Amino acid sequence: MNSKYTLLVCDGASCKTTHKANLAAGFKKVIAEKKLGEFVSVVKTGCFGICGQGPIVKVLPDDLLYVSVKQTDIEEIVEEHIKNGNVVKRLLYTDPFTQEPVEKQKGKKIYQKQFRIALRNCGLINPEDITEYIAVRGYEALASVLADKTPIEVVELMKKSKLRGRGGGGFPTGLKWEFTAKQPGNEKYVICNADEGDPGAFMDRSVLEGDPHSVLEAMAIAGYAIGASQGYIYVRAEYPLAIHRLNIAMEQAREYGFLGKNIFSSGFDFDIDIRLGAGAFVCGEETALIHSMEGQRGEPTKKPPFPSVSGFRKKPTSVNNVETFANIPAIVLNGADWFASIGTENSKGTKVFALAGKINNIGLVEVPMGTTLREIIYDIGGGMVNNKEFKAVQSGGPSGGVIPKEHLDTPIDYESLKQIGSMMGSGGLIVLDEDDDIVQLAKFYLDFTQDESCGKCTPCRIGTKRMYEILDRLTKLEGSPDDLDILEDLAVNIKNSALCGLGQSAPNPVLSTMEYFKDEYEAYAYRKVKHTYSIITDKCIGCTKCARVCPVECISGSVKVPHVIDESLCIACGACYTACPVNAIEKP
Amino acid sequence: MLLDMILNKYPAQEDSLIEILLEFQDAKSSHFISEAEVKQIASYLQISEAKVCSVISFYTFFRTEQKGQHIIQVCRGVPCHVTADINIVKIIEKELGIKVDETTENKKFTLEYTSCLGLCDKAPVMRIDDKIYTNLTENKIKAILAEYRVYN
Repeated sequence: MNSKYTLLVCDGASCKTTHKANLAAGFKKVIAEKKLGEFVSVVKTGCFGICGQGPIVKVLPDDLLYVSVKQTDIEEIVEEHIKNGNVVKRLLYTDPFTQEPVEKQKGKKIYQKQFRIALRNCGLINPEDITEYIAVRGYEALASVLADKTPIEVVELMKKSKLRGRGGGGFPTGLKWEFTAKQPGNEKYVICNADEGDPGAFMDRSVLEGDPHSVLEAMAIAGYAIGASQGYIYVRAEYPLAIHRLNIAMEQAREYGFLGKNIFSSGFDFDIDIRLGAGAFVCGEETALIHSMEGQRGEPTKKPPFPSVSGFRKKPTSVNNVETFANIPAIVLNGADWFASIGTENSKGTKVFALAGKINNIGLVEVPMGTTLREIIYDIGGGMVNNKEFKAVQSGGPSGGVIPKEHLDTPIDYESLKQIGSMMGSGGLIVLDEDDDIVQLAKFYLDFTQDESCGKCTPCRIGTKRMYEILDRLTKLEGSPDDLDILEDLAVNIKNSALCGLGQSAPNPVLSTMEYFKDEYEAYAYRKVKHTYSIITDKCIGCTKCARVCPVECISGSVKVPHVIDESLCIACGACYTACPVNAIEKP
Repeated sequence: MLLDMILNKYPAQEDSLIEILLEFQDAKSSHFISEAEVKQIASYLQISEAKVCSVISFYTFFRTEQKGQHIIQVCRGVPCHVTADINIVKIIEKELGIKVDETTENKKFTLEYTSCLGLCDKAPVMRIDDKIYTNLTENKIKAILAEYRVYN
């Protein structure tokens, strides 16, 4: 279905009922009569949202809206616009403020006050129906790029927008594309990194499930910019729904001619395939990801050479994250200046954060760079569960660190987070309250990294294991004050000597918690921590609730008689503490 | 044979190895890859058996021992860990009478941990085969397992 024009005829409920006649069928009939079938395709879409002026017909790639189209206007639109290339001015959309007819839909400033860029369509369109994506200006960015811009101009646009990689590292996307585009050869690849492995991050999954086409469209734009005709989405097998939606989206995009050969009759070919991850965290690192796609162990390799020089199948490859891609169609449609006007000096645009943990409004938020944590947690996140006291927020997953109370007012961007010992990472924010044990949290992360270490380099393979052992010793009250120095030494050494980004950042959870919560480490080191729960006999009413919830059955006692916890068996899970109706349980 | 059928869908290139392993292991009722199958895959892709084994041992998804008909994976992400008032693994272990990484005697269930499933807004979470169960409570877990015991 590669035609010069695509007519998008609104099939929303409002337009359909305004004029009972079937406009799409009318267009098809007239086009067939005039034998213009090979130049134009007719597509029914979802609602355009300006139902007051319906029915709406949109013409691609011209990006122009005809409003209040009647059955009697069909002949004129086809004859003038499609056949002769003249705009039918009397039917154009009129700007409500200036009363001027708007030829290009781009002129509208609707997005300026919106802070949902990457998530702009999530929840608003049906992700399994391409027409709904088209109705929100979907594939318009691709069409306009193919029609009006050279690949170099696209790269320049990205550079000007100052978009930085949203996967964690924050490398400027435009530069990455430029490096890849400048490499010699015709065989290049675009890869979408959807191996979202950070525990507590789920924005990539949401984008893929809620707006898969925006990623496909952006990948095609990337392909055009760097000179690639094949793209791959590397998605973790833990996300079955995202994979399902992507498959549907790709099939529909091919059907509409947005993927495949000769897209928008521009001579540009581009198609996309899915590759599945098989449960290895390290594959989120780009060189490891590429090895995994090649059917090998997902071990990282030393950079340089960077993937932009020698990547998938040893060819120049640009690897970008899902959220990064989701920003791109919006940047093309609204311009680089618009994007660069949002955010802080060095971090432009918005960032999606996944709020989780002890916070009231758990979920995704998209805010301009430079928003403070306090705003995110208290204004957007609705504050702490049960009004408990805020202790810290863990950002950046196993590569990041904790941010304590005193830094709540730091405006968040790539640099400021690094300065306070954390990192942007993929944007997971796990909120901790007064009940959470910081050392246990650090141990949890180290358990994760030592388990996920690919084993290629010694600092990461053995170093993280030793760090974990020290933390384990400390939390079992078997450690000593010397352990703290060894732990810190080890952490610094791993940070300086590991091969890839994951290894280098693995000690961060320990280093940052040691910086801000040294007293908790010391309490463990000097064995001052009481790490089991106990029952205050005077308060216990013998209701048996605690005994019933205890997962290790270490609470004994009979009805209406005070209960007792066997401290040698207690795993300090806190279930009894939550269950007790009379606050008779004492915390460690 | 199931493996032949799956192999024929893929080009005989090393690239396809992980896809083949994933699809085959998923389709096979005992959810693991045997030595004989490693041999067959290696000869189809014209790579060494050692190569296939090295890939299988690298990725946590691949299994070399027979597993139960249903694989229960409990999310080990931090939010599930921090948010959960209940210890899901302990409850399932108690229900099924097995520990993590074990299979029930009737080969019906295998219990495993999984890395973050990305459903942190609905923690705690577990996955049984391709189905995901969220906002778990003790009663919910018991009801879900009971359903699997009876209907599947």
